[in-house]
Order: sequence, then C-alpha cells, then structure tokens
Amino acid sequence: MDCGEEKEHAPSVIDRYYTRWYRADMKGKPCEDHCILQHSNRLCVVTLAETHPVLQKGRTVKCINYQISTGCSRLNNKVSGKSKRGGQFLTDFAPLCRITCSDETEYTIYSCIRGRLLEVNEAILERPSLLLEKPSTEGYIAVILPKFDESKSITENLLSREDFEIIVSKRGIAQSQPS
Amino acid sequence: MLPLREKDKPIIRKLLSAGCCARCILRFCCVSVQAAYRQPQEQTLEELQAFIVDEENGKCQDCAATESTGTNDKSHDAALSETSEDPPSKRAKLEPSVSATKSEEDSAALVKQKDEESRLCVVCLGILQELCGTIQVIKIAEAVKAEKYEFDSLVLSLSLPAQLCVREHSCWLHVKEEVRAKGLVLDKDDVIQVKEAFKWIMQGQVAKELGGVAVVTKSAFEVGVEFTHPETDTDCHFLATTCPDCFKPTKNKQSVFTRMAVVKALEKISDARFLKHYPCPPTQPTSSCTPQDIQCLHVSVFIAGRYNKFCRSLPQTPWVIDGERRMESSVEELIAAPILSTFRADGFNFSSSGREDVDVRTLGNGRPFAMELLNPHRCRFSTAEIKQLQETINKSSDKIRVRDLQIVTREAMSRMKEGEEEKTKSYTALIWTQKPVQREDITFIDDIKDLTLDQKTPLRVLHRRALAVRQRVIHSMNTRYVDPHHFYLGLKTQAGTYIKEFVHGDFGRTKPNLCQLLKTDTDILELDVESVDVDWPPAIPE
Ligand SMILES: [Zn+2]
Repeated sequence: MDCGEEKEHAPSVIDRYYTRWYRADMKGKPCEDHCILQHSNRLCVVTLAETHPVLQKGRTVKCINYQISTGCSRLNNKVSGKSKRGGQFLTDFAPLCRITCSDETEYTIYSCIRGRLLEVNEAILERPSLLLEKPSTEGYIAVILPKFDESKSITENLLSREDFEIIVSKRGIAQSQPS
Repeated sequence: MLPLREKDKPIIRKLLSAGCCARCILRFCCVSVQAAYRQPQEQTLEELQAFIVDEENGKCQDCAATESTGTNDKSHDAALSETSEDPPSKRAKLEPSVSATKSEEDSAALVKQKDEESRLCVVCLGILQELCGTIQVIKIAEAVKAEKYEFDSLVLSLSLPAQLCVREHSCWLHVKEEVRAKGLVLDKDDVIQVKEAFKWIMQGQVAKELGGVAVVTKSAFEVGVEFTHPETDTDCHFLATTCPDCFKPTKNKQSVFTRMAVVKALEKISDARFLKHYPCPPTQPTSSCTPQDIQCLHVSVFIAGRYNKFCRSLPQTPWVIDGERRMESSVEELIAAPILSTFRADGFNFSSSGREDVDVRTLGNGRPFAMELLNPHRCRFSTAEIKQLQETINKSSDKIRVRDLQIVTREAMSRMKEGEEEKTKSYTALIWTQKPVQREDITFIDDIKDLTLDQKTPLRVLHRRALAVRQRVIHSMNTRYVDPHHFYLGLKTQAGTYIKEFVHGDFGRTKPNLCQLLKTDTDILELDVESVDVDWPPAIPE
C-alpha cells in the first residue's frame, strides 16, 4: 500500500526539501547573484546563482579564500553541541569568502541572511572545479542556521525564484538591445 | 492498654493543656505501637487523663504504678472510672476513700474532658481526629471505587499543609526537655510523624472497605489523600525572613512555602529565633483541615512489540509544524489508541529502536517499540487477551501492523536502546540515476563489502543535532536492475547510517556516496526498512 505515491516524475533533492531564494546584483555589482537554499527545517545553504560571473564566460577558479580579513577566517569557525555554541554570527552583508578566477577577477561571496555560521565547504578548497561543476550542491559555499524566530523573516529581503527569473530575463533583453 | 511510662506523664500533662489531641500526645511520647493509634481517640484521651490523674490523686497509686503491670492496670482502671460515667457503686468498691470526697471535682473533670474531646488539635489540625474516622474511610474508598481500578494491594500517600511542620516544631520545643528526659537517645526524629500515624489508622480500614486488599508499602497502586488548611497558611511566612535562602521562587510552584523548603528552614533556625516569631505551643485553630479530592495513581505498565509501517505518508509520531498538524495520523497514535482504551491509561510515552522518515516503509519483522502506559486503571491481562489486543490494533488500520505484543518490565525496555548502535539494519532503496546505466554497470556494487562512510550530520537534521563526522559501515549491498534510470539497491548497514544521504550525497557531505561510486547524480525515490536486527522484545510464535 503506497498511499498514492507518484513515481513517474522525480523532483531533485533540492526541489523536494529546499526553497530557492535569490539576491541579485549583490552590493550593486552587476550579476553577482547569490542563491540561498532554505531547507524546511530553516537551515540555509549559501550557493552561487547560475548567473554569477564566476560561472560565466568560461572562467575557471584559481583560488578560494575564507580568510575574509587579517583577523578573521571562516575556516576557524567551530560549533559544538545541539545548540551550535561558538559559531560566528553573520549579518546579511557579512563576507564569507573571496573567489579569484584565472582571469584575475575577484568576487566576494556574502552571507545574504542573518544567522549562525555552521560550516563552510572545505571541499572546494581542494577541488575549486566543484564550484563550476556543481554550483548548487557540492560546490556550496556555507551552511547558516537562522535564529528560530527569524526563520521566516530572513528571506523577506530576498527574491523568490519567479522574481529572480524575471530580473534575469530583463537583463537578457537589455544586453541584446543596442544602447 | 497504652504503652506509656512514668516519664511520659509530664509530656502528657503539658500537651493536654496545650491543646494537643490524644493521638498527637502518643506521637510525642514516641509510642510506636500501631494499635494504640487505632483505638478510638475518645478512649485514648480517657486513658491518658486517667494515667496522669493517678499521680495527682496520691502517692500510694504512684508507688503501685511502678511496682508491676498488674497493679498498674488496676490503678489505671481506677483512674479511668473516676472520669467516666461508671456507676458510683463500682467506683466505691474499687476506691472507697477517693470517690466519696471527689464527687464535685469529678463533674468538673467531666466537663473538662468533654471540652478536650471536641477541641481541635493545635498540631494536627484535625487530621488525627475526625479526619481519620469512619466517614473519611468510606469517602476515600468510594472515591477509589468510582475510578474502577484493578488492584490487589494499595498504599496511602498523604500530602499535608506545610505549616503542620511549623506547628510540630513549636510543639516539639514545648516538650523537648521532657522528651529528652525520657531517654538519652530520644530526639525530634523519634516523634512519630502525623503521616505515619494517619496511615497506621487509615490504611487497614480503607483496604478492608475495598474488599480486603493488602496494604503494601511498595504497592503499585497509590491512593493519594491531601489536606489543606488555608486558615493557617501564614504560619510559615516568618520563615521567609529568617531563612530567605530556603524560599527561592521557582517557575512551576504556586507557593514558595513547599514542605521541603519549610523543613529545611526549620532545620536551620535556632530555637530562640523560632520562639521569638512563633507561639509555643501553637495557637488554637478555629477550623480543621479541608480534605481535597482523592488522587489515585497506578504505576506505569510497559508494553512492547514490533511494528510494520506500510504507508509512505505516515509519520512515526504526530507531525506538527508551526503549531499545525501536517498528517492526520501517526504510527504511535494508531498503535496507542486501542492499547490506551484497553488498559484505561491516562497517557503514554512511545519509544522505538530508531525511527523511519514519514515516506519510508518498515517491512519484514518490523521495528521494536515500547510504550510506557501512564496511570493504567487495568493492567492484568492474559496472553490471550494481549493477543486479542494485537488483533484489534491490526484490524483498526491497514497502514500499520503489530506483532510480538507483550507486557514487559521497565528494565527490559532499556535493552531495546542498548542494542541500537551495534545492531545492523537492512534496507531496500529505489535508485534513480541521471545517466542511463546498463545491467553490468552496477554489478560491481554487489562486491563491495564493509564500506566505511564519513557522514557529516545530515543537513535535514543538523538544526537539532550536533555537527559531527560519524563513521558508519555499509556491510554489504546488492542491486536489482529495473531500467536504464532505475534499480533497486539492497543495503545491510550499521545502525545509524543515513541511507538517503549515502545515495544523494547531501551536498557532498557524506563520502563516499553512491553518486561518486556510479560517477553520475543519483537520487533515492523510495526507501523501505527490511529489518531492524534487535533481538528484543522476544518473538512470540503466532
Ligand atoms: Zn493532633
């Protein structure tokens, strides 16, 4: 007895358990779009949106640096226990890492939401190509846990997938129209 | 015959005039003969009065009293007759010299005695007086009967107003010297507690009223009797100023003056300080204690078994998000409903050897579970009755099935949790592959043995569990090809392995994962638990 299970179409893990939220043109920089995957348990995974310049024009990644200032490295973040004691608390515009591409362009990736930093993705330090190959799964940037009572409000400043796609499609028109 | 000694006399005298009841006097005389408390309080009072009158009446009787029990009895009888309504002829025969001259005093003593009989005790506030009489016995028994419990023994538990401790202490200070004079080792701890005396008097009577059940100190069935006395609630208040440390407000307590706190404060306070703040002996109350509703409590009964879950839209426990119910039912509710009504329990706690997700089925022999049934009104069942109960559960829903249902002990329940980590579990998963695969592309999986995974706490549970990397072993796997994008994967794993994360990789946080092994994205479409290899509870043959 399967209680009306559907097998034909299989949505991906992200489709099933996460909501996609976007921040377009981060800090006014064109196309520096971030994508936040929010799990139904409120936890958020920060990733590059597919439209981010790092993933465009056949760029490759030279290095990723979680040392965001001389005094602060996201790699030093440690959380302990169920309550995640000790994790760095981030605000919307807290930088997470800097990505340097092989063409020497450099991009800063931001938290986009308020919450406690649980982990950063160390796998991309060893294999920067993961960022390009699997930007929304294995190439994630960081995992952030919003406060329980802010789990709804933190996404208020973000764009839904539909709104983001409208913005992206308008960009396409703007680019194709001669100025 | 009351087991009193010469040195009790000053205590009795002091307490009688302080307004103590006869039974409280016995308590302060450290009388531990239960029968002494069970006899009618009027009779005890008479005997006490007679006992002290002996001495007042003359030295000759006092001498007699110390000689032997025989003469003691006789002289006591004499004293008794003096304050009772025995015919004068009898009295004259026994005590000719006294009776003739004492007739006037006799009637005065009689009035005094009537007064003492009806007077409310300053220490127990009536609890050892009319509140442990036949009327109260019947009231308690009726309350128990109304609940329709099944039990073969009982124990009374008593909850008394905290100020009783203050009054007890005041009374203790009043006769402390006299009690200590009785013997070197006697102290406050040797005074019989109100609680004890109450139980000695009442337990047997209540048990008899309930059809002659046994009174057992560690009985599974507890009859709770509670008394309050609002009139004297303020008795305790001075302690808050003398010992503020003892009375820290707590969230779930209505008053800071709990019995525990009051006892602690009384241990700390000096006698002088106590006497400065509180009358010694205690003052006369105007009303006796108020009995509260009888609270019956049967100790928990534990029931265990194994369950199957055949539905992919049924959570194990009620699923509530933001105060809203997500699914209409749950495994535990389906199992619990018939059990609760059969045991007539007030509630339950459900536990199991691991748990499956809402969309996972549990097949095979099922998953061990156990339930604590709270305050069951019925708890003795034959094997056949339990089997019948299992049938009832199984007929009530086709989403679940229960087997091996049995009553177990609390201790045995822990064996279910013990086994959890070391035991193995078997699963079948329906796998989707992004790239098309051929039969021969997946057969290598069948040869993988004891594959150790490094699993970071899955993102789906990370909000409520600690972040850690855990090593888990997949002992073996087997594949059953379906079509170029689908195959069934059988797994035998160490308990605690997250199967879904092994298949989709959880953002690369479980390594190795099936995506890596097959070099393509893989996803899990269905998951069944085939067996949970915990050998508890014991199997019951069908
Ligand atoms: Zn009393």
